[in-house]
Amino acid sequence: MTITRRVLLAGTAGTLAAPALLHAQGTQPIRIGEINSYTAIPSFTLPYRNGWQLAVEEINAAGGVLGRALEIISRDDAGKPQDAVRIAGELVNDQKVDILGGTFLSNVGLAVSDYALREKKLFVGSEPLADALVWEKGHRYGYRLRPSTYMQAAMLVEEAAKLPAKRWVAVAPNYEYGQSAVKWFKTLLMKARPDVQFVDEQWPALGKIDAGATAQALAAARPDAIFNVTFGPDLTNFVRQGNTRGLFEGRSVVSLLTGEPEYLDALGDEAPNGWIVTGYPGAAVTTAENLAFIAAYRKKYGVAPGMGSVVGYAFIQAIAAGVRKSGSTDTEKMADGFAGAGFTTPIGRAIFRAIDHQSTLGTYVGRTALRDGKGVMTDWRYADGAKYLPSDDEIRKLRPS
Amino acid sequence: MIFGVTRVVNFAHGSLFMLGAYIGFSIFSILPREPVWFAAGVIGTGLFVALLGVAMECTLLRRIYRAPELFQLLATFGVVLMVQDATFWLWGPNDLAISRPPWMRGFVSITGQRFPVYDLILIAIGPAVLAALWLLMQRTRFGMLVRAATEDRDMAAALGINQLGLFTAVFALGAGLAGMAGALSLPSSSANPHLDLAVVVDAFVVVVVGGMGSVGGAFVASLLIGLLQAFGIVLLPKITLVLVFLVMAVVLTLRPHGLFGQPLLPVRGAHAVPVPIGPTPRAAKILGGAALLAALAAPIFAGLYLLSVLTEAAIAVLFAGSLHVMMGPGGMASFGHAAWFGIGAYAAGLAVKFFAVPLPLGLALAPLAAGAVAAMFGWMVVRLSGVYLAMLTLAFAQIVWVMAFQWVEITGGDNGILGVWPPATLGVRGYYLLSVTLCVGCALALRRILRAPFGYALRAGRDSALRAEAIGLHTQRLRLVAVVIAGASAGLAGGVFTYAKGSVFPGYAAVGHSVDALLMVLLGGVQTLSGPVIGALAYTGLYDFLLARTDSWRFVLGAIIVTLVLVFPDGIAGTVLRLHTGRRNR
Repeated sequence: MTITRRVLLAGTAGTLAAPALLHAQGTQPIRIGEINSYTAIPSFTLPYRNGWQLAVEEINAAGGVLGRALEIISRDDAGKPQDAVRIAGELVNDQKVDILGGTFLSNVGLAVSDYALREKKLFVGSEPLADALVWEKGHRYGYRLRPSTYMQAAMLVEEAAKLPAKRWVAVAPNYEYGQSAVKWFKTLLMKARPDVQFVDEQWPALGKIDAGATAQALAAARPDAIFNVTFGPDLTNFVRQGNTRGLFEGRSVVSLLTGEPEYLDALGDEAPNGWIVTGYPGAAVTTAENLAFIAAYRKKYGVAPGMGSVVGYAFIQAIAAGVRKSGSTDTEKMADGFAGAGFTTPIGRAIFRAIDHQSTLGTYVGRTALRDGKGVMTDWRYADGAKYLPSDDEIRKLRPS
Repeated sequence: MIFGVTRVVNFAHGSLFMLGAYIGFSIFSILPREPVWFAAGVIGTGLFVALLGVAMECTLLRRIYRAPELFQLLATFGVVLMVQDATFWLWGPNDLAISRPPWMRGFVSITGQRFPVYDLILIAIGPAVLAALWLLMQRTRFGMLVRAATEDRDMAAALGINQLGLFTAVFALGAGLAGMAGALSLPSSSANPHLDLAVVVDAFVVVVVGGMGSVGGAFVASLLIGLLQAFGIVLLPKITLVLVFLVMAVVLTLRPHGLFGQPLLPVRGAHAVPVPIGPTPRAAKILGGAALLAALAAPIFAGLYLLSVLTEAAIAVLFAGSLHVMMGPGGMASFGHAAWFGIGAYAAGLAVKFFAVPLPLGLALAPLAAGAVAAMFGWMVVRLSGVYLAMLTLAFAQIVWVMAFQWVEITGGDNGILGVWPPATLGVRGYYLLSVTLCVGCALALRRILRAPFGYALRAGRDSALRAEAIGLHTQRLRLVAVVIAGASAGLAGGVFTYAKGSVFPGYAAVGHSVDALLMVLLGGVQTLSGPVIGALAYTGLYDFLLARTDSWRFVLGAIIVTLVLVFPDGIAGTVLRLHTGRRNR
């Protein structure tokens, strides 16, 4: 083709019009692709979304990250890993996001993390608790925010070991999260207290607990203490039947996640007294960051924040800190740069560990109490995640080389 | 009761239960807390939900009674989706639990152990409801009509009974009972968004085990299953996931019509005799050819995300097509088709996890494994018919799901098997072409099989088993071969899906996935293979599009399904075919 003047003019105009040349990289927003189970588990994910929307607003108002605004493209995954993988593909290929993140269910988190590894995209899991996300299936591009099942079980074991109870029973939903929680709790408690024995376990199907029969079976084993992992409607059912049948009288109960407002509020005026739980005491935590967060959240949404709100807010703080430390949104730089990045959240300061990319964000451990017809957490303290992790050698053995 | 009279498999029955729980919560929050008011609230909830049931029946189901069997399932599934979003909009995302007044928290001492008073009340309500229903059925004119319609619907119509009015009344009664049950469940539990799906499968199991249409049977079955569960968890705490399905499988194998059920008389005259399949119209062939060419040319112009959607669509085409082999020409509706899909998927996944097999071997193992299992267990399935067959396939699929879920050492449990990717050199485009070749190729092979003498023999066995046997066709054997072919094809779809997603999870074999296959076949039309193809493309396209666009995708998807059901009463392809044949014959 001969180069005529027309061709030359058209070619120049076309090249100049190409967006990549007109926008310098420095002012384009940082795009974060967020996937979560908004329709499957709304009671948790809606407060979570409120949390990250608030964080994005605040960060953008303060000038953004590296001079660039944050832009979140959020998608629902219908609670299924296969849909989440496809949607991750849409975010990466069509929406051209810089970072993938979010997820709630452990299997969804694992599937998206594996996809991120294949596509060499950074993935920051916010909610999923499965240990395998950063250990057995951990990899260079995967990071996780929340304290894992192991960490929270370890926090509870610290309290449980102080109890005089020797005969323990466990009740947990029959899937990986429940099985993991019981496994770690048993292992760690029996290491701390060799005189302890687990005399029975019950494994109700998730969402379908036969609470009366389960409570009967547990009582028949004559335990001194109960370790509970059920949550949501199963927990409500279990608490009501247990209260009426006197299952908890004269017994200690250690319960995972029950102190979170999303689960504690649902119990209403049947919230138990004296259960040792992990959770979030809300406005009772009077640190400056927490009170500022609660005030801003109330102002924007008119309700008190839940645990999900804190996680969503911390999720964006963590990513912002990671990008600042990496100095760019290039995936390879971020994969190395996020490690060691420190960030401030409403419930404390945390960093992403270099050895397994798990953040040291902790949670509150305390006791439940019934006040004014509602359950609250009392006698709480903040458990820093960094103290409740296995030794580096054990982790190196677990992570794929 | 609803199934016995109207033969509608009402998937939305769980939604009626859930609505009863939510409406009951709202009613109880404004009523005083004495027992008499609680009873009034329960009855009020029942009336409210009965009205909703009547609304559903009049606006939707009434228009599709003439549709092929199970088509109403599609409509009720659309209703399930719409109700899920509606309850979310009306009552919010949180679990709602009523505050229990002191009389609900009371207990009595039985053999030194505390037993809740409310549980005793529930125990008393069960036989009371049964007695009331028995009186209604045996001692009233309405009950006589219901029994007549259950036994022989067409004869009852021939005798001048107002069928439509009867159906509405039965639906109202069934819905009202479901609503009351939802309200009664509130004191022990809470109104939450997962109630519908938690309840409906177990409800179907109870009804099938008791015998469809038999109220007393349902009562005995629910007692049986409740007792087995309560004692089962003492002996084997981990049996909670699979117990009901094991019971159902055992009962159906020993008594193919449930404990107290009668063989269901086929409903005469309600729908047309299946049209014999003629040669494919030329328009359809041209359209199909063009679509295939477009699909093969897609890597050139489509982005990577669109290709991933098209890969899913191709897999869905094969999955639905394989179900069609069983459902259409085979006449065996299956609620557990995802079992074969899951077995194929896990065969590929396990082979990669333990033996690091290359892609071709993994893809070859999938249909082989699924076909082998189908051959082993198909003989149990083909002995039954109708809804009982469908429920036995459901039981089998749930057992497969539970095995994948609980055998954690081998299958990884619900964390699944990860890292099952095709070689990087293939890329998304290459794998897309491979999926299309395999899935469409297999679907075309199925089409060839169905138009071969085997297909004709299979349809002969479906249309008139006696006549077919008389001319020497071994109908059971033919049906078994159909099950094996369907299973193997679904297994191939599963294997292709595994590599497309890079992972295998127990959910691949779950009920929801089987229902998806059913929806695709019903949406497209059961008559010919083009039905599931169109249904698969439409459903996958709609679902993928809506999920990425809006938070209310469930309501929109449900509404679209309901609309399609009303506009295309024979399924999309079926209606087009009928119109085409009708026009041609004019």
